[in-house]
Amino acid sequence: MSHRREVRGAALRRLLGFLRKEALQIRRDPSSIGLALVMPVVLILLFGYGVSLDAENIPVAVVLDHAGASSRDLYAHLEGSRYFAPVRAESFHQAEELMAAHAVDAIVRVGPNFESALAGQGHAPLQLVLRGVDSNRARLVSGYFDGVVGAWNAQRASRGESAALPAVSLQPRTWFNPSLRSTNFLVPGLVALVMTLTGTLLTALVVAREWERGTMEAILVTPLRAREFLIAKIVPYYVLGMGGMVLSVGLGVLLFDVPLQGSFLALFAMSSLFLLASLGMGLAISSAVRVQFVAAQISIISGFLPAFFLSGLLFDLDSTPIGIRIISHLVPARYFVSASHTLFLAGDVWPVLWPDALALFVMAVVWISIARRRTGTRLDT
Amino acid sequence: MNQGIVVEALHKSFAGARVPALNGVSFSARPGAVTGLVGPDGAGKTTLIRITAGLLAASSGSVSVLGLNPLRDVNEVRERIGYMPQKFGLYEDLSVQENLDLYGDLQGVPKTERPERLARLMSMTGLAPFLRRLAGQLSGGMKQKLGLACALIKSPDFLLLDEPTVGVDPVSRRELWRIVGDLVREQGIGVLVATAYLDEAERCDEVVVLDRGELLEHGAPADFAAQLHERVFELEPQRDSLPRSIQGEISGAEGVLDATVRSGRVRVVLAPATALPAAAGVAGVTVVAPRFEDAFMAHLAPRRERVRIGNAVGTRASAGAEVAVQVRDLCKRFGDFEAVHEISFDVRRGEIFGLLGPNGAGKSTTFRMLCGLSSISSGEATVAGRDLRRSGKRARARLGYMAQKFSLYGSLSVLENLRYFGTAYGLWGSRLRTRIDAALEEFDLASRRSTAAGELPGGYKQRLAMAAALLHEPEILFLDEPTSGVDPIARREFWRRINGVALAGTTVVVTTHFMEEAEYCDRMLIMSRGTELAIGTPADIRTLARSDERPDPSIEDAFIVLAQRQETAVA
Repeated sequence: MSHRREVRGAALRRLLGFLRKEALQIRRDPSSIGLALVMPVVLILLFGYGVSLDAENIPVAVVLDHAGASSRDLYAHLEGSRYFAPVRAESFHQAEELMAAHAVDAIVRVGPNFESALAGQGHAPLQLVLRGVDSNRARLVSGYFDGVVGAWNAQRASRGESAALPAVSLQPRTWFNPSLRSTNFLVPGLVALVMTLTGTLLTALVVAREWERGTMEAILVTPLRAREFLIAKIVPYYVLGMGGMVLSVGLGVLLFDVPLQGSFLALFAMSSLFLLASLGMGLAISSAVRVQFVAAQISIISGFLPAFFLSGLLFDLDSTPIGIRIISHLVPARYFVSASHTLFLAGDVWPVLWPDALALFVMAVVWISIARRRTGTRLDT
Repeated sequence: MNQGIVVEALHKSFAGARVPALNGVSFSARPGAVTGLVGPDGAGKTTLIRITAGLLAASSGSVSVLGLNPLRDVNEVRERIGYMPQKFGLYEDLSVQENLDLYGDLQGVPKTERPERLARLMSMTGLAPFLRRLAGQLSGGMKQKLGLACALIKSPDFLLLDEPTVGVDPVSRRELWRIVGDLVREQGIGVLVATAYLDEAERCDEVVVLDRGELLEHGAPADFAAQLHERVFELEPQRDSLPRSIQGEISGAEGVLDATVRSGRVRVVLAPATALPAAAGVAGVTVVAPRFEDAFMAHLAPRRERVRIGNAVGTRASAGAEVAVQVRDLCKRFGDFEAVHEISFDVRRGEIFGLLGPNGAGKSTTFRMLCGLSSISSGEATVAGRDLRRSGKRARARLGYMAQKFSLYGSLSVLENLRYFGTAYGLWGSRLRTRIDAALEEFDLASRRSTAAGELPGGYKQRLAMAAALLHEPEILFLDEPTSGVDPIARREFWRRINGVALAGTTVVVTTHFMEEAEYCDRMLIMSRGTELAIGTPADIRTLARSDERPDPSIEDAFIVLAQRQETAVA
């Protein structure tokens, strides 16, 4: 009995000793603090203020082939909208030049028989030419334009003027993000990116550093067990990663009014699972590669970039080709981004969260087991 | 019960290697004794130590450590051994105290026993004043002692040391051996230590001599040396002849197993039943007591192919008054840290000038400034008549440079490497071809001209690097640590070539941390902690350290005396 307690005491002392060493090293290395706590702030500010997927004051060229009262009224409507900044073009040819010079994102052409058709048949054709180079923006412009024309139609109808409304009119309502602000969508996704930085990139360096500096060899020949080594490597970076998460969520909520509909506890639980999966992946890379430079490259390619592009953070995964969609299912960030969107915008909707939680749990177990297997007691394991 | 280490029929092959790292090695290392694993680089010393520490699995054969199997009983073995790897295993961003605490925790030293253990280790290593300093800011010698203290934090039953003294200053090296000796005597622990320094082998109770994975000899170093009774001679050179010229002449002779310069005399080891060949410029011959090194070289020489070296015998072509390198009050500062402090010296044309000192003495920094690779903080340096502060680029075209680790392109063949370096130095056409042909001949590389440089054995790599540095016939040749990591036979051969280069009129500036290599230099500067310790000919330096107890000091003895003098002067 007392022997067992002694053994356990020695194990605990080894673990605590190694943990303290990790903590000291993190404290003395400004780059790990920078990556774990400063990068989140930079990313959130950058995406919150700088990168927005919404558009306002879109420049459009308006060609009025025959300027009548109705077409001028339509022009005034465009001018009055916060989405558009219209410019009059003398001819379609001039508008084309503006488009080619990227001075405008679209051309609106009001044809020569617009007025007569409107008066005569009750409806008239309008031409919208979109700059398709940036397809996302083109879709946005098209949607906004429909909105503006719809509002104009409605106004004409209310004035009793001829504007043939379709028999059924669509009244869209947007749920979960009623204001359709992209920040509300981006910030929850960014949390995944922030935790990937600490989880995969930072930890990919830590074991490789021990190999490169020759300390691993000395540590292996001490009674420190592989599991104690791994726990001591996971705990400090878990704390750092969760710190980054709290920091970015706090900034998102306070600075950008991103709503957190779900509970913080649920967010904490999902983040923990995701972080453990990322940490496991980072440690597995680090122990397999043993060279910091290569480990960093692998973790960027297999951890950071997929978290950016294949997680649903920026691009809708349901509209990607089947091959990419299959690959995206191997990316832990995908499940976390999905869970994070649910938690922020919808709430604790457990039927939706459970599958994500399960996937993250499986990934955490798999990656940590790989890391455990790669951390032997010998140089050649 | 302490049964020491027993190794039987040990084989170890690494995937992809043509020759096994260990090939049927058997020996035992007993407790209460220091067993030395001696051999040139690539002999298998590190592999053997790692197998005993349970870091590598053997391909076949058995190892028992303290009666245990290092792989099966890994946890128990690791609680009872101390191990210090080549790089010391220290965390450079942790302080001395924090490193010791970490290893104390890992080794399970109870908190109550800590203060007493720590006090003992501190008095043993003299690290007490530096407890709060970061390990990365310690000198090489202090790092080595801290590494040892960490390995000893829980009195191990057996201590494994893997080349603990490479590049460390001679004072620290001797201290380490004193500490290890005390441990063995007072606590009866066993020590297995790998070393490439042959003088250290003499301090071991027993030595195991390895070469290319094979065990050559196992026994007491004195017995080993005694085999050479009356086969070792010292030749006293005449006043006007250089010992290294005599050495060069005699090295190639039939029956000569080894010829070196030691304390200004030529030391010769002969094969059994051979007569000492005659050589010009010898004033007298004495039979001397054989040392470990003599026996080691006698074993190794027949195992190596003989390399042809161009005839470099002759007397000094009047080491003229022409100054090739002039240095005045040279300083190099990195922030607050002064790596080189007011160094001054001259090198004359055709001279071999050595920059000596342990790792961290500032010799590489000085060297980089002279080659124009690093800026000068203050002071003056003129190389081949050019002021480095003003026209470093033009000076560089007139010097040849061989960097540490040889800087060759591993995937290019010998010929391609030579072509590349020749072109880089502005040679082309028939001139390039003639120079390359001459270099292949001179450095005995013709047979390997299509081999990739990365696959060459160490000695060939060194020759290729030197050939590349000499292709454009520079006035001055700079060699940075050309002999580290090269086997002793190749080292001797290398110095004979250098002698030839100097006799042909090229000035040679060379750095080394092997103190005995100073004997091959005409003059040298010994550095320690960025400052000059001494400057002069090998004889001058030895004279500085001569005392009644030590009438015939080696350069290493001299370094120790001078370093201690500097120490007391600072204090």
